[in-house]
Amino acid sequence: MTSYIGTATSRIDGRDKVTGTARYAAEFGAPDLAYASLVTSPIARGRLKRLDVTAALKVQGVITVLSHQNRPSMADNDKAYKDQVAPRNGSPFRPLYDDGIKFSGQPVAVVLAEDLETASYAASLVHVAYDEEPHVTDITRQRYNGMALKAPAKPRGDATKAFSESDARHEADYFVPIEHHNPMELYASTAIWNDGRITVYDKTQGVQNVHGYLCGVFECDPGDIRVMSPYVGGAFGSGLRPPFQVALAVLAARAISRSVRLVLTRQQMYAIGYRPAMIQRIQLGAKADGSLNAISHDAVTSTSEYEDFHRNETTWSSLLYRSETAKYDHKLVRLDLPTGCDMRAPSAATGVYALEAAMDELAEALKMDPIELRLKCYSDRDQSNGLPFSSKNLRECYRQGAETFGWSRRNPAPRSMREGHEFIGWGMATGVWEALQMPIAVRIALTSNGHAEVSCATADIGTGTYTIMAQVAADMLGLPLEAISIKLGDSTLPQAPVEGGSWMAASVSNGIVTTSQAIRDDLLKLAQRLPGSPLKGRSGDEVVLANGAIALKTDGRDATAIADVMRSAGIDRIEREERTTFAKDDAHAHNTHSAIFAEVRVDEDIGVIRVTRVVSAVAAGRILNLKTARSQIMGGVVWGMGMALHEETLIDHRFGRMMNANIAEYHVPVNADVHDVDVIFVDEQDEFVNPMGIKGLGEIGIVGVPAAIANAVYHATGVRVRDLPITLDKLTRKA
Amino acid sequence: MADSNTPVAKASPRSSPMQQISVALTVNGVRRELEIAPWTTLLDALRERLGLTGTKKGCDHGQCGACTVLLDGRPINSCLALAVMQDGSDVTTVEGLARDGTLHPVQQAFIDHDAFQCGYCTPGQICSAVGLISDGRARTRAEIREAMSGNICRCGAYPNIIAAIEEAMKAT
Repeated sequence: MTSYIGTATSRIDGRDKVTGTARYAAEFGAPDLAYASLVTSPIARGRLKRLDVTAALKVQGVITVLSHQNRPSMADNDKAYKDQVAPRNGSPFRPLYDDGIKFSGQPVAVVLAEDLETASYAASLVHVAYDEEPHVTDITRQRYNGMALKAPAKPRGDATKAFSESDARHEADYFVPIEHHNPMELYASTAIWNDGRITVYDKTQGVQNVHGYLCGVFECDPGDIRVMSPYVGGAFGSGLRPPFQVALAVLAARAISRSVRLVLTRQQMYAIGYRPAMIQRIQLGAKADGSLNAISHDAVTSTSEYEDFHRNETTWSSLLYRSETAKYDHKLVRLDLPTGCDMRAPSAATGVYALEAAMDELAEALKMDPIELRLKCYSDRDQSNGLPFSSKNLRECYRQGAETFGWSRRNPAPRSMREGHEFIGWGMATGVWEALQMPIAVRIALTSNGHAEVSCATADIGTGTYTIMAQVAADMLGLPLEAISIKLGDSTLPQAPVEGGSWMAASVSNGIVTTSQAIRDDLLKLAQRLPGSPLKGRSGDEVVLANGAIALKTDGRDATAIADVMRSAGIDRIEREERTTFAKDDAHAHNTHSAIFAEVRVDEDIGVIRVTRVVSAVAAGRILNLKTARSQIMGGVVWGMGMALHEETLIDHRFGRMMNANIAEYHVPVNADVHDVDVIFVDEQDEFVNPMGIKGLGEIGIVGVPAAIANAVYHATGVRVRDLPITLDKLTRKA
Repeated sequence: MADSNTPVAKASPRSSPMQQISVALTVNGVRRELEIAPWTTLLDALRERLGLTGTKKGCDHGQCGACTVLLDGRPINSCLALAVMQDGSDVTTVEGLARDGTLHPVQQAFIDHDAFQCGYCTPGQICSAVGLISDGRARTRAEIREAMSGNICRCGAYPNIIAAIEEAMKAT
């Protein structure tokens, strides 16, 4: 019997993706399709005073121009606009609702035309006058005006006193700028009109979240709207909440009773969501032997004027290392920007950057090896609540990562390693993320021809969900991979949470196991009816589906072909839909961990930084697919490189407007930036986290990478740059 | 995976304030005649008029490479080319690379090396790689990385893309 779980299986959707047949949100259509183009606000705060659409309406091919003045009705209460992922506090943005302007880039009008070029041309002819109000978009100006958030973890002891009495102390501010997800696919929604009912092809991480949102906003029956998303061209958190274009596409379709496609421009995408800028202050105090006696982590993050979005940056320093005392503080400041949103490893990518860069500085103050310091403070328990981890093989990550990287050959002195005109720097850091799972429902239809269709309203945003679902189903049903077909990305399928937080692999895999067991039990009952069945008196736990047959688990004896069982029963199909929930395990903390090692080379004369080697050793429970898992971590490492060296959304605070809202001036890593990336999965069996022992991989890959690179840059040059990204001007200015 | 039978593009030319111009292109070996406005890019002509959505729009400004197609065998950004300027040209898109159901060696290598995740940049990466291999100038890994740097992959599959191209180079 072939087992697919744990193997390096190629993506089952690979052929669709390399031949161009995989279709994304903007690639569905209808004969009555109209094209939409947005007019957006150039001011950050105020009111729309006057809207002149005369010139736009005169253009041949323009159907209409929608604004708050003539739009169809939309719900008038906040609850209707709150999607599953919306912040608890605040009033979600309502696109085209009224004349209020809350951020630069806010849509104020939608031009509908018979073709794309006409729509965008006519949008340029819409004249808008505004009453401008003063705005604030600079977090550094508001640093001391934040509102206090409830602290994520209780303080321990007197951290201020302990810090002042420490043998070695380190204290510094770390800055992370606004970053944008910039998935390659433009945000797009195609609303197909069908006699009042609408099917929306949307770029989203959660079709059912979008479905619920649209039903709320347009006050319609669940059956009137269907949301589809078979392929998603990257999302990274930006597709968790329904973006304004999906509401506007549906609004427009309802206005003209036609199908409508709205694709945002890359520039317009910058008004959707982003990782908020943040200032973090870290204090670390240690005894001479390296044991920590004080951790203090203060974070200032930003949100919009209308919603309270935040994650807990300080969580990670509260759980990771043993320390006698600790204290945390988190303040949230309001800015005249759109609400930020989750972006790959929200709070950890940023919080762990500050903590792990600070740990490197403390190691230097102690004249200790950075790994030795981390092992000295290593904890088998979550320090915030004292719970043991369900599994934690971080020690092995340090060991295998260091060995593969060659860490023992590192000369600890900064500027000590060089080759030709380049300084070489080696840095390391720890990564940590949560292992989560969510309730989910899975339907499986097994037919007597040996085929199974597995369906669930989840998403595959490039993570490999299609493939791991097929692998798990094939193993559980005892069928070859080719006999499994997967349906996802359709709001009418069985319930699924949004795909985020690294919880989907664990959730959907365990969900498939539950439903497969129901199918197995049905088959067992049928098999037991066969005359002389050797399975009589056996329970579901004692049998297994393998090689197209049902057999005893112990030795595979007495196998009966599934096709025969079904034929004898006079059926050609067994269909089951089961919901899976996860027992709360209050006895453990559940986390993934990693150790990252980075090599940089820095040009002595001009300061150009290149990341030439990264080793990421990951402990994340059971790995379902070695090929896609490695790609997930590799992608996370590339994201960490971008965060460390390239990515920054710049705002012209005079106008409250993002200045580099495109993918040339917002720098992301390109092929030439990425050299050798080595991914190691250390063995980690977890019997508590969920029945299959899966922990998820989407986030852990990025966490720690920015710090490992920043630490390597310091080791290479002797210059500490604590405000990301580390660009060569900052290096040479400080040198 | 997608299971919609809805047509992708409208077949008839639409009302437009711009004068329509006749253009003939050979796309994936098939001669296509279009009445098209001069402001329509080759990318939008492929996607919106010919229903060839394999070629992707990621920025519309020549910054990301997702729209790369082969124009007379040479990779170009189709978002920076006006369709009317390509009259008489031979265009190959990602849909035209496989032969009789057999994938082009670059396509197969991309699957084998997991050289993509979300798949959105993939058609552009593959067209660039096919152009790069037939051009023959990039030989070393560093040269391939440099030559492929006009195609952004936000999922970060770069090392796998290089591995796939190296394998396909050996095979061709």
